[in-house]
Amino acid sequence: MALFALKRLGSMILVLFAVSVLTFLIFNVLPSGDPAVRMAGKQPTETQIEAIRVEWGFDQPIYVQYEKTMQNMFSGDMISYFNQLNVVEEIWKGVPRTFALAIGAAIIWMAFAIALGVWSAMRAGGVSDGMLNVFALIGISMPVFWLGALMNQYLGFELTQILGFELFPNGGYVEFSVSPFEWFHHLLLPWFALSVLFIGFYSRVLRANILETMDEDYVRTARAKGLSERRVMLSHVLRNSMISVVTLWGLDFAVVVGGGAILTETVFNLQGVGQYAADAIGQLDQPPIMAVTMFGAFFVVFFNALIDIVYAALDPRIRLQDGDTAL
Amino acid sequence: MSEKNDLRLSGTADKPVSDLEAFAEPPAVTVEGSGGQSPWRLAARRLRKRRFALFMGAVFVLLVLVMAAAPLWAEHVAHTSPNENHLSDQIDVGGEKINVVGLDGVPIGPTWRGEFFLGADGNGRDVAVRLLYGGRNSLIIGLSAALITLLLGLTTGLLAGYFRGWTDSFLSRIMDILWAFPVILLGIALGTSLALGGLKLGPVSISGGSLAIPIFVIAIVYIPYLARPIRGEVLSLREKEFVEAARAQGMGPFRLIHSEILPNVVSTGLVFFPLLVANAILLEAALSFLGAGVQPPEPSWGTMIDEGVARIVTAPALAIVPGMMIVITVLSLNVFGEAVRDALDPRAKVRIEH
Repeated sequence: MALFALKRLGSMILVLFAVSVLTFLIFNVLPSGDPAVRMAGKQPTETQIEAIRVEWGFDQPIYVQYEKTMQNMFSGDMISYFNQLNVVEEIWKGVPRTFALAIGAAIIWMAFAIALGVWSAMRAGGVSDGMLNVFALIGISMPVFWLGALMNQYLGFELTQILGFELFPNGGYVEFSVSPFEWFHHLLLPWFALSVLFIGFYSRVLRANILETMDEDYVRTARAKGLSERRVMLSHVLRNSMISVVTLWGLDFAVVVGGGAILTETVFNLQGVGQYAADAIGQLDQPPIMAVTMFGAFFVVFFNALIDIVYAALDPRIRLQDGDTAL
Repeated sequence: MSEKNDLRLSGTADKPVSDLEAFAEPPAVTVEGSGGQSPWRLAARRLRKRRFALFMGAVFVLLVLVMAAAPLWAEHVAHTSPNENHLSDQIDVGGEKINVVGLDGVPIGPTWRGEFFLGADGNGRDVAVRLLYGGRNSLIIGLSAALITLLLGLTTGLLAGYFRGWTDSFLSRIMDILWAFPVILLGIALGTSLALGGLKLGPVSISGGSLAIPIFVIAIVYIPYLARPIRGEVLSLREKEFVEAARAQGMGPFRLIHSEILPNVVSTGLVFFPLLVANAILLEAALSFLGAGVQPPEPSWGTMIDEGVARIVTAPALAIVPGMMIVITVLSLNVFGEAVRDALDPRAKVRIEH
């Protein structure tokens, strides 16, 4: 087991390295525009551009620039091209907000998906199953930023005008330490906006899994030995139907933290990590976008490795896959 | 293995079946298929029974035709172009002259006539015309990107799965790395970098504002989602007797891939295609909304929502209508795609990250 974990972490480090190189190349080789020219403002002189080039190290060979970039990122010295703010500090400011959004949404989407998935599997082929299917399909077909913008406008803004009090706030984020209630209050709409897509997707997967599991022999056995339908459903069918859904849950959570929340954060102005990158797009300010891209990919890679190790600890068969029979 | 699978395996005589397909059949369909028909005809027959899915497929085709007709509407009905602004113009409504964009900055709403059928946006541009051109752009990007992903994903999966060894290691590592990035961030990274200076590959030069850039970006980010399952299928197919037989007859690797393996993975590609288009359209909208996709003033449904959200208080339709168009388009593809999957390969693990 320890060997498996070590191997998995080793391959993780290789992928992280490759990810950092690819990200660096995307931002430093692809754009044919010279960042020094853009930073120098309108109608710069050749000497001004040259000075910026030397100051930021754009005149150095590419591998030196890569080394410098990584050094800056890990020592927390990376500076934005445009507002001169420290990029790493800005990302750390956004991390608790992004996590608050992702964790709450993950709980909501799982709870709803289980409820709806079980409901429609029990009534498979019926009217309510069909309706839920249609809703799920609409849910996965909606652009989250559009849904979020409409929720923010109509539930957050207009509804407040009509009611005379704030049932839902109109965007923004309140620190948990300032007011736990307002924190929760401000995250409600974003949580649901982000969850809709996943509720649609997960409830469908779970429904299919449940229907498949119900055909299994051990379910027939459980029924035959006289267990109540409720018992059969909960401890035999649902338990086994949840395995693949829980795996998806872990992967999707990583993706949402790693960047999937960017649109929700932006629409509700939560000032998370993703929004930091989104705000930098308008100015074509590369360091924040590059740093957030690396942050996102790093988190996804790290979290996936973690999931693999946890699964290997739970299920010995996984340790023996991929030809690692010697383990 | 249960008896139904055996039945299915012997049922298709004229074409070898992949593991996935063989295990895939729900019993009801198996009986119907046991008459020795080609899998394609079988799939077509199953698809024909899905009336609603076919209707949604027709809706998508209709949308494509309507969007393709954008220039006709612009020229002959609306008499304007998508990026032409009419800020200081007035139009005649019931004998009254009305500013296209009011003095308070609020654009006119729908006139339900040729000009400004759906009203104007904040820059005095004809919303209906922009909606058509924007839809045309969104569909061009979605369809082309999905097509490129399909070709590259199939090629990568076939090569990696068939040749194994260092080819597989090399291609699979690249897929792993692309897979590590959340799609939207990789899209933003590539989109912003390429929009800055365009792309120069030898003699080919693409300017920063070109539609080719979002097409290229979206095509790249989805490749691993197709290449991985294809590779897995090819790995098991290449050990099958019919492949071995072809090899023993002296068939070269590329002909073998082409004539023996490709036909068995095409159904996976087809199952993916509608869903790839749907996701490509959603990703295009998201990237354009953030400013890393289609570049203004060029319209797309995503940029229109972006511009609309800024005016959502005074003119909410500007944000709502393009969003509705996306929902209808993507929904039609998802419903149709689900039926295609059920018809061809019900157990296919189709998963595309949003």
